[in-house]
Amino acid sequence: MLNVGKIEEGFVLDHIKAGQSLSIYHHLKLDKLDCTVAIIKNARSGKMDKKDIIKVECDIDMLNLDILGFIDHNITVNVIKDGIIVEKKDLVLPKEIRGVIKCKNPRCITSIEQELPHVFLLADEKKEIYRCKYCDEKFDKISFYKY
Amino acid sequence: MRHLMSPLDFSIEELSDLFDLAEDIEKNPAKYAHACDGKKLATCFYEPSTRTRLSFETAMINLGGSVIGFSDAGSSSAAKGESVSDTIRVISCFADICAMRHPKEGAPMVAAEKSSIPVINAGDGGHQHPTQTLTDLLTIRALKGRLNHFTIGLCGDLKFGRTVHSLINALVRYDNIKFIFISPEELRIPDYITDMLKQNSIPYKEVIRLEDTIADLDLLYMTRVQKERFFNEEDYVRLKDFYILDRAKMSLAKEDMLVLHPLPRVNEISVEVDEDKRAAYFKQVQYGVYVRMALILTLLGIRV
Repeated sequence: MLNVGKIEEGFVLDHIKAGQSLSIYHHLKLDKLDCTVAIIKNARSGKMDKKDIIKVECDIDMLNLDILGFIDHNITVNVIKDGIIVEKKDLVLPKEIRGVIKCKNPRCITSIEQELPHVFLLADEKKEIYRCKYCDEKFDKISFYKY
Repeated sequence: MRHLMSPLDFSIEELSDLFDLAEDIEKNPAKYAHACDGKKLATCFYEPSTRTRLSFETAMINLGGSVIGFSDAGSSSAAKGESVSDTIRVISCFADICAMRHPKEGAPMVAAEKSSIPVINAGDGGHQHPTQTLTDLLTIRALKGRLNHFTIGLCGDLKFGRTVHSLINALVRYDNIKFIFISPEELRIPDYITDMLKQNSIPYKEVIRLEDTIADLDLLYMTRVQKERFFNEEDYVRLKDFYILDRAKMSLAKEDMLVLHPLPRVNEISVEVDEDKRAAYFKQVQYGVYVRMALILTLLGIRV
């Protein structure tokens, strides 16, 4: 089995659904960070059978928890200091998600208005449905993972 | 500062106040004739809509105010590529309130975010047309005396008709409303609406033929069944007569049933029905002016 060493300072995103780590890597803009990032795909998991893990050696403040909560609020966020877990962050579905996903409705004003941010609001917490703030178009979460 | 983007922006208590004001305007028009002296309404219509624009303009003129604006995008700076955000910033320097119609959904909301004057959504693509819904509600309240305890039939194109969707969303906030959806299979009410009704335990049924249900209705809201919505000519020819309201169908209806229609009518209501005292669709146009007058006063914070 492949072994990736523990990190001393940073955070670990655990229990990521298998196959989604690269999408999360891009949406959290981890590629822009000048620090060590390890992506582990298809790790064995008692709870999930298979899971992905991302380990990042940088301050937790660099992480946008809203985006992560939007992607999957079941992901575990472990904050690491001196090699041990010092905090677990709870993720919630954000009420608003700004500049992360795009409205695909060609009739929406976001398709033509200059520099207008794409904003989605949580319309149904139970069903995890987000709608465009401007045109109410439902966001199809499946398309989000096709990064 | 308040704007109006959706009919749900106002609580039912606020709507009640708005309709009280509209009914007072109807009874005492002279009292309001100078309420907006010196005020200007900008009608920014990026697509043509003669009736809605004229209704807004009439409302402002009736209040003693004046009107500026444009009636299609070609005669505005949008043709030069100006954004909605920039246009409303400019209009805010000229006028006290703005009514905006735009083919793009959400454009009036973008305007409202950047505006320093109240913005009224006068229709944004297939999305919202809140002043039509306010007009419908006021007409029902004024002529029926209530906005609860009735059975309403909605007939015609229930799939694409935004006025229908908007009216349903507004009516579900009132008690004891039963909906009957009358449409061909191709133009059925969308599932998200019936799901919402089920979740809220609001009774509804779907039928194909108007004759089968007209006797149960306290209100009949007619909409147009457009030929181009059908997959083939044969279905259109077979079904279109089910959705034409004529004297024979009206003879099956209750004596006090009201017929509403957002207009323009094409052929879905026979002209012979116009003489029927239950035909309320032209009165609806008049109530549209009263409710827009009340809305302008409310958003400008003017009390008379």
